[in-house]
Amino acid sequence: MGRGKQQNGPTKETAAPPNGRAQTGTKGRHQDGGKPEQLGLQTWGVFAAVVALTLGTRFYKLEEPDHICWDETHFGKMGSYYINRTFFFDVHPPLGKMLIGLAGHLTGYDGTFPFDKPGDKYGETKYIGMRSFCVCLGSTVVPLAFLTVWELTWSVPAAALAAALLLFDTGCLTLSQYILLDPIMLCFIMGAVFCQSKFDSLRNRPFSTCWWVWMCGAGCFIALAFSVKFVGLFIILWVGLKTVSDLWDLLGDLTLPLMVIFKHFLARALCLIVLPAAIYITCFAVHFHTLYKSGSGDGFMSSAFQSTLEGNKLYQANMPEDIAYGSTITLKNFRPAGGLLHSHWHLYPEGLGAQQQQITAYTHKDDNNLWIIKRYDRNPIPEDPLQFVQNGDLVRLEHVATQRNLHTHQEPAPITKRHFQVTGYGQNGTGDINDIWKVEVVGGAEKSRIKTVRSKVRFIHYMTGCALHSHSKTLPKWGWEQLEVTCNPFTRDKNNLWNVEDHINNQLPNGTFAVYQPSFLGKLLESHAVMVQGNSGLKAKEGEVTSQPWQWPLNYRGQRFSGVNATDYKIYLLGNPVIWWGNLALLAGTMLVFLVEAIRTQRGFVDPPHLAERKLVTLSAARWMATGWALHYLPFYFMGRVLYFHHYFPAMLFQSMLSAIMYDYFLQVVKHKVQPGVYRRIHQWGTAFISIILLHSFYLFHPLSYGMFGPLADNQTSPMYGLKWMESWEI
Amino acid sequence: VGPVRAPLLSIKTELNIPLLLLTVVAMATRMWRLEYPNSVVFDEMHFGRFASMYIRKTFFFDVHPPLGKLIIAFGAYLGDFNGNFTWERIGADYPSAVPVWYLRLFPALFGSLLVPLTYQTTVELGYNHWTAALAGGMVLFENSLVTQSRFLLIDSFLLFFILATLLCLLKFWRLKHSPFSLSWWAWLAGTGAMLACACSVKYVGVFTVLLVGGMIFHELWNLIGDKRLSVVRAHDLTSHFLARAGLLAVLPVVLYLLLFHLHMELANRSGPHDEMMTSAFQATLEGGLSRITKSQPVSIAYGSQITLRHTHGMFLGRPCWLHSHLATYPVRYHDNRGSSAQQQVTCYSFKDINNWWIVKDPGRTTVYVDDPPKLIHHGDIIQLVHGTSSRALNSHNVAAPLSPYSQEVTCYIDYNISLPAQNLWRVELVDGADEGDTWKSIQSHIRLVHVNTSAALKVQREQNNFLVSKPVLIVFCTTVDQADVVGNDEETFNQATYEDTMDDQPLMGFLGMFAELQWKMLSTNKELQQEHKYSSSPGEWPLMERGVAYWLHPRTNAQIHFMGNPVVWWSGVVGILGYLALLGVLLVRRRRACFDMDDESWQRYILTGELVLGGWVLHYVPFFLMERTLFLHHYLPALVFKILLLAVMVENIHTHVLRWPVHRNVFSALCAVWVTCIYLSYRKFAPLTYGNSDLSADEVTDLKWLDSWDLLIQVL
Repeated sequence: MGRGKQQNGPTKETAAPPNGRAQTGTKGRHQDGGKPEQLGLQTWGVFAAVVALTLGTRFYKLEEPDHICWDETHFGKMGSYYINRTFFFDVHPPLGKMLIGLAGHLTGYDGTFPFDKPGDKYGETKYIGMRSFCVCLGSTVVPLAFLTVWELTWSVPAAALAAALLLFDTGCLTLSQYILLDPIMLCFIMGAVFCQSKFDSLRNRPFSTCWWVWMCGAGCFIALAFSVKFVGLFIILWVGLKTVSDLWDLLGDLTLPLMVIFKHFLARALCLIVLPAAIYITCFAVHFHTLYKSGSGDGFMSSAFQSTLEGNKLYQANMPEDIAYGSTITLKNFRPAGGLLHSHWHLYPEGLGAQQQQITAYTHKDDNNLWIIKRYDRNPIPEDPLQFVQNGDLVRLEHVATQRNLHTHQEPAPITKRHFQVTGYGQNGTGDINDIWKVEVVGGAEKSRIKTVRSKVRFIHYMTGCALHSHSKTLPKWGWEQLEVTCNPFTRDKNNLWNVEDHINNQLPNGTFAVYQPSFLGKLLESHAVMVQGNSGLKAKEGEVTSQPWQWPLNYRGQRFSGVNATDYKIYLLGNPVIWWGNLALLAGTMLVFLVEAIRTQRGFVDPPHLAERKLVTLSAARWMATGWALHYLPFYFMGRVLYFHHYFPAMLFQSMLSAIMYDYFLQVVKHKVQPGVYRRIHQWGTAFISIILLHSFYLFHPLSYGMFGPLADNQTSPMYGLKWMESWEI
Repeated sequence: VGPVRAPLLSIKTELNIPLLLLTVVAMATRMWRLEYPNSVVFDEMHFGRFASMYIRKTFFFDVHPPLGKLIIAFGAYLGDFNGNFTWERIGADYPSAVPVWYLRLFPALFGSLLVPLTYQTTVELGYNHWTAALAGGMVLFENSLVTQSRFLLIDSFLLFFILATLLCLLKFWRLKHSPFSLSWWAWLAGTGAMLACACSVKYVGVFTVLLVGGMIFHELWNLIGDKRLSVVRAHDLTSHFLARAGLLAVLPVVLYLLLFHLHMELANRSGPHDEMMTSAFQATLEGGLSRITKSQPVSIAYGSQITLRHTHGMFLGRPCWLHSHLATYPVRYHDNRGSSAQQQVTCYSFKDINNWWIVKDPGRTTVYVDDPPKLIHHGDIIQLVHGTSSRALNSHNVAAPLSPYSQEVTCYIDYNISLPAQNLWRVELVDGADEGDTWKSIQSHIRLVHVNTSAALKVQREQNNFLVSKPVLIVFCTTVDQADVVGNDEETFNQATYEDTMDDQPLMGFLGMFAELQWKMLSTNKELQQEHKYSSSPGEWPLMERGVAYWLHPRTNAQIHFMGNPVVWWSGVVGILGYLALLGVLLVRRRRACFDMDDESWQRYILTGELVLGGWVLHYVPFFLMERTLFLHHYLPALVFKILLLAVMVENIHTHVLRWPVHRNVFSALCAVWVTCIYLSYRKFAPLTYGNSDLSADEVTDLKWLDSWDLLIQVL
């Protein structure tokens, strides 16, 4: 891959006169690196080779397999929703899926393919456009890594190594070839890192046009990354940390007046806080504007939100407005992401309060959410005159499907022990005195009627005085992972409020009435509450192989993208083990170097000036890359949700760049210790060795990414025969 | 006239009257009417029971290390307690035979000593005696610390040892200019010893280890930077390293082990918790299993009748044995999956005739033991025949009842020809098995691998709630890499007798027992996850949003409610925020070369932050990551750090923020008002702390400053 050109690379430092103040590294580096213009052509040559190889490897066999792979089933489907304009719910912010939808729309995909399950054939569907879009963004990672490392070290070998590590990694390759959010997010993360590095090199020219441009670039990219997946938070933290450290340096520069420092601060606040926030909010504005039709995500949202969706029952609502006795209603918990009061035939298990019928809150719409509102003292008879339910009335609620009454008693609730258990009790609508609830309308006058959707209602239990309550805690498997419903003795809790969502009563005329429409800000906050609840509720499905963070850097176990059996077209997401284990070794080496350098500094050892300065630049770059790696990796240890192998790839980007920078560091140290001739030989052999190893390992493992038929690796006829280096790989 | 000579023998003493006064008042507040209420209060139920166990020398299992309970047991011993009380429920009255005063004496004593310790620590941090008295006073009048010290609980020991560690460490640093002197060694050893004690009371002490470790690491790092110190010369860097490693790492470990040794020496008789431990552990206890096993054969042979116990499986705190009974799996489950409808195999938590299995040689039809017996080696193939139903343990490619991805395990006899028998199992000895090793009862841990499918027998933790009414665990087969060890057999009867019975040698040494106990303690601690009526989350602690009801008078509203002094508790938050704000301002100003503090004060300010604020963070934040049931009293160590920081901040604001005497005087006056408020609020909540006055419902409501406080009002 054009590595021959790098031989001249190192000579650029030889003439380096020790230079200037250490902090203003970049300027020093320009002069230290000597004539970058002379090298320009060669650098650009290597860069061109990197780009060509990247595009070649990424676009090769892009159309295969011609069926849905892994999570394409989700993200392809969501792309279709954008094309069809139907509302849906997902735990990730909208940008990535919106871009996929846009790419599909522009390349002629009409949004009709159902994306049912992995393995379904695409047939005539135009899926190549969406894959091409993702692969384009995924490919940018490699050249951006080259440019970033070049910017940080001005060393061609390091830059080329960083690019090569990502280029020949089967994992990065596999992950960029499909309709997924990851290639999009990796691209934005790398973009932010690159812009930030560019910005850092312009430290000596503050407030110049370039300075503004690169800072705005970094601001845009962090916003974009965060708008694709919340993991983008870590790149925001990385940029934030860099900015704080930058400002701290400026503050320590006593030659700068405070006014200038304040200007620096304002500029950063503008470009790195205000601008990203604006972009993020714009994404949501476009999202709400695009999805104006009712769809699969309605049930997750509040009644008010649903009233904005065309096709929903509540859109220009057409139902009786005032609730009367005998009305069939659904009750929505009035909080962001609240569920509908729900019951089913299943009982609470033994040992958790009374073994009576479960009452839960459910975010999907179905017939088990229907309740009849009845007088407290008798069951309805047909001759009853129409009577409206009033604020302060005593009522009973009967579950339509099972004919049991909403009931509570002084037993602890299954999860929240300080609340009371709520059950379904009685037969054919006849229960006991514990079925009686008092209706309280918030802010309602005495004896005022209960309005569909608009009234916020509290149900106070007549005997115990507690209030019907629901929150975001999910029941375990016996409760079908629906939300817990309890009776809360603290009646003023804000989760005790409910509103009537659907209302059916044949005796009453349907009327249209205006439902209070939420503001944009209200919608934004509500969707975030729903996303947070959805994210924390992502538990592993039964039998699913879950992944632990410690396994990731080891490349311990990959992820099946397609195919299980010998006859299937198999694709397996797995890092190139040579690269991953090399990265891991270099990471350990880096930590050792940091430790040794710290102790040397503490004991007062001083390097010769030119080496010292070179080390300062390299180690500072390495430190920031290591920080990036840690920020994108360690937080996963504290996450409760289900984790997958591909969550490691942002960290892997930083790790690869770190490896490249450390390679440069070792070259520098070796160069300082040995004769120039020996050094040149070491350098040449090293380059050749690394190139061959990378190329060969890529050749060995390429079937994982490009797909393969045939039996598993323990069979001699398998393309992966003898390559199952770890027992845990499912190849 | 010459100078006055010193007398030959003299004692010069110095009496710190405020310190003395604080100590005396502390004793008074903690020990006043110590026997009241004369009934079991909150967790006294547990710790009292453990004290009885020590007195009766009975083995028990608890998630906390032994030191706290040992001290309590010592109190019980002093009071001639004979251990005969059942500790059944909170609120049960003590009979006269229980020496309540002695039982509660040591917690109260350690709790009182916390006050002078706080005083002394503040002084050692470099602050003046007013500040020290303020800190001591806040600890003194902190209702939560009073409540927690007055009962048979171990938290006051923990707090005492944590603060003592801190004090020793500070004393040790004070001597940094005379390293390797006698008192230098003494304070260093003291730090290590107190650290060990803190960890041996409750594992929260580990956070103190982290704090001290971090501080010592920081100190060593500075020493490395001291170029006057050489690496090789004696009494230099290396000695510094070794001294700290020896006294802060090795010494605590040794002390910790010694305490466990003492624990096992004192409680070595078989008791109610035996079954939580492995069979080998049980066999070392006097009475219990060792009596049964002494006469039973060591090695398992074809034809042996055995019970198989799951090595690690615990179900509601009990072990379980491989079990089968006459019920069959339902033909269809709720989710419409089918089953084989063969006889169920489960793991049952009680000893039962249905737990017995016969080891059968697949090659023969008889189940007799040969003479000489044919022993079973690692890798041998066996069949397991269920004793009461004569069916063989079987597994096949049918989804298991609760885990559809695993194979069902059944008991099977050839009545039903729809599925062929797959009842061969390979015995794999788990620990260091060679081909020649034989399967020994109790000692061997085995894995049963199904021959046809290479799957291994595993027990699922989840309770099966729809198959049968008995609490059982479901057994199924799964891939070998997920399998847990299925068990060691516990009781063996061979029909043929032969001279191979167990001798009196204990099966486990001290270290083995220690390792097992330790492992079990750590894994059980994780299992306490159920929410409790008075449990709270760490986020609610700094503002004290919920307390814990400890005790309620059977007839009146007199009650003991664990909660802090709200004035102290809430101003503590201000102290923390104040420290951080001042630190931020000072850092920025120093960066711009404005030095507001002299160097010594600055060093002291930073040290305070590292030690006290760091202590607060380390004793508080980790609770957010814990999944076990948490109560407000878990915040107490952090609270003590918070109080220290608050007192110190008062002095810092007085001397370093306020520049003019007028401001300082106003500030001092405000502080006086505030201290009065602390005292008044202590008085106001004293009825809840001591539980000595009948409150009317209105009075209780009056004390309910926050809606979320669950004070109890009885309907009379």
